[in-house]
Amino acid sequence: MKFKCDKCSKPATIHLTEIIDGEKIEKHLCQDCAATEGITVKAEVPISQLLEDFILQTGIEATADAAEATCEVCGMKFSEFRNAGLLGCPNDYDAFEKGLLPLVERAQEGATQHIGKVPHNADDAQKRQTAMLRLQAELKGAITAENYERAAVLRDQIKELENA
Amino acid sequence: MNLADLLHRPTEWLRGTGAINDVVISSRIRLARNLVGMPFLTRCSEEQLHEVEHRLKKKIFQARMADDVAYVDIPASGELDRKFLVERHLISRQHAEGSHSRGVTFSANETMAIMINEEDHLRIQILRSGLELDEAIAEINRVDQLLEEQLDFAFHRRYGYLTACPTNVGTGLRVSVMAHLPALKMTGEIEKVFRAARDMRLAIRGLYGEGTEATGDFFQISNQTTLGRSEHQIIKDFSTQTIPHIIDYERRARHVLLKEQTIAIDDKAHRALATLHAAKLISSEETMYLLSLVRLGIHLGRCNKMDIATVNELFLRTQPAHLQKIHNRTMEPRERAEARATYIHKRLDAV
Ligand SMILES: [Zn+2]
Ligand SMILES: [Zn+2]
Repeated sequence: MKFKCDKCSKPATIHLTEIIDGEKIEKHLCQDCAATEGITVKAEVPISQLLEDFILQTGIEATADAAEATCEVCGMKFSEFRNAGLLGCPNDYDAFEKGLLPLVERAQEGATQHIGKVPHNADDAQKRQTAMLRLQAELKGAITAENYERAAVLRDQIKELENA
Repeated sequence: MNLADLLHRPTEWLRGTGAINDVVISSRIRLARNLVGMPFLTRCSEEQLHEVEHRLKKKIFQARMADDVAYVDIPASGELDRKFLVERHLISRQHAEGSHSRGVTFSANETMAIMINEEDHLRIQILRSGLELDEAIAEINRVDQLLEEQLDFAFHRRYGYLTACPTNVGTGLRVSVMAHLPALKMTGEIEKVFRAARDMRLAIRGLYGEGTEATGDFFQISNQTTLGRSEHQIIKDFSTQTIPHIIDYERRARHVLLKEQTIAIDDKAHRALATLHAAKLISSEETMYLLSLVRLGIHLGRCNKMDIATVNELFLRTQPAHLQKIHNRTMEPRERAEARATYIHKRLDAV
């Protein structure tokens, strides 16, 4: 069922049911009108929306190249991912790097590098590298927060790790 | 333990305990993980899906992460049982509705639930009543550790833990709280919260997750990004930068209402209670809406006849699947509306 926005004629994406004095009132609003009405229950930006924005931004031709990329492990094409929003296998992250990286960057507010936990069976170099990135991010945060004591501790930890 | 045992117990997310439970109903942390050497779900064959389910189920039991653990095979369960699990926040709607091999393991106290073959091979969830994120992160780390000793998870130098959807990649960590914000809604300040949340890269949803509306002024607030910050930092940013402000706004709005609109608050809470008691037909939406007002009245000390435990019990047991399980049969909406009203009437008479 498709609804038009109650306020303007754009397609409604937010559907609310409110009970006022026992009476059920349904509202159908577009994103913009819902925001001005003050009743937005905005879900996270869906991946399909990000993909659309991305294509509009980079232009169809620039993405045509990336669209043809195919994963040789699971056989998925980047264009298929673009339609479904879900990847086919872990290898896709490498196979679609060109198309995927800018997308990840947008979805993750500019971040493209994991600095969290590393599996315990990862090799030492991997563990050290991620720990280093994490400490550097923390150091940046400490300096921004003018927490110089913490920054000094972090610098020592980074040095220690470099010499390990 | 079986599902019928759960029916007569309060569920973790509505236990009404934990820090700041006047505003924060429950806290939840979720991790997404996928197995090495196996395609993501979209590219798994039937056999592979079955294999993943079988393997993970076995490993989860072997890891002995809780004293009493149950496993529910979702395709083998009836529609009512699936909805029952959704209402208890043990599985997502998406998990209830799929058609492939999948299941859920959960601890008897319902604080831990692990969905197998939802959007990723594993979705680990820790749930706590009230604002208890430190406890929840410690617990989810313990569970993740136990699983990691038994299983290899897909991991990438750059992207971290790999997930079927790139919006979960990195830590795979989603932290959320369910907040009850009736005063902000009444004073019209809720939009401020939404704006602040957006600025802080947080998402706000209704009671049962994605695509659901905020019934009865219950809002689920969660982080949007999973990459570029450590697990610890994500939790810290979430629990120190935004949530305390939202709690503070709501409490202040309640204070203002109490001071300036005492009669109006009394009127709303007592009317809500009277309607709940007198109704002969009532939908679950209206029930939640009215219970939300009663809840506010209790927390403002204006509704001494009722207590939070009863409100929570009614909230859970009047949900469609719970109601039908109590009556041990499926009912049409019209029939449910009547059974619900009768149930509430009796329960309130006993208060
Ligand atoms: Zn509109
Ligand atoms: Zn692939």
